[in-house]
Amino acid sequence: MTSVTHHETEIALEPDVPAVRITREFDAPPEQVFRAHVEPDLVARWLGPRGLEMTIHHHDCRTGGSYRYTHADADGEYHFYGSFHEVRPSERIVQTFTYEGFPDGVSLDTLTLEDLGDGRTRLVGISLFYSFEGRDAMVASGMEVGIREGYERLDELLAD
Amino acid sequence: MAADVLSPVFAAMADPIRRDIVARLTVSDATLTALADRYDVSVQAVAKHLKVLEVAGVVSRRQEGRERPAHLEAEVFDLMTVWIERYRRQAEARYRRLDEVLASLPDDPDPGTPPPGAAP
Repeated sequence: MTSVTHHETEIALEPDVPAVRITREFDAPPEQVFRAHVEPDLVARWLGPRGLEMTIHHHDCRTGGSYRYTHADADGEYHFYGSFHEVRPSERIVQTFTYEGFPDGVSLDTLTLEDLGDGRTRLVGISLFYSFEGRDAMVASGMEVGIREGYERLDELLAD
Repeated sequence: MAADVLSPVFAAMADPIRRDIVARLTVSDATLTALADRYDVSVQAVAKHLKVLEVAGVVSRRQEGRERPAHLEAEVFDLMTVWIERYRRQAEARYRRLDEVLASLPDDPDPGTPPPGAAP
């Protein structure tokens, strides 16, 4: 197999709790999707946005473990860290997530992998925030890149 | 800048009644009385929610006869939609990279477990 099938990512903002839900299917069994979340050299190949250099300082994906990584571009460095609360092989990863630029902000991220059979997996990621403002601000900032692009878009809207 | 414009919008949307009012206004403009009928809170409370939405720039109210129907400022909402779609695209880009990583892994997910019936 040389071609890769892409499935559309779905985003849902929960109305009653400050959470974001991401759903995505993969043409790979849960064991492999899990492995790509656990092994640092694999994580480094997909987690970091294009155009930013990703450095994983440590990524100890097991219950009680922790992680810290840095995205860097010409404008600066962005540090992220958290703890792995529960890691259940090929099924579930529960972790905290903090962007050091907002040290008071922390989300609780629960990733579940559902075996769809035929070597396919549905990934559901739920990020729970402390407040609706915190969640919406994270969505608005894009969290990692494109803030400038957002400002430009906002400028266009405001210029109308 | 952007944060100053958006913070009131986010604050306005943090309340379930205000989110419901906005959902209602996506269908059509509505008067305070019509909106208040939907909730188990006083007309004054709904008026307060409308005021918050108005200050945030999410709704506007224009005098029409004796009423001032609330109108959703779609542009502000387009902005929220833009943020969510951009966030979705970032996630999609990330997971496309994950697709590539997964495609590069060997087909056998766990070489430690021989398939059923495999020779020992």
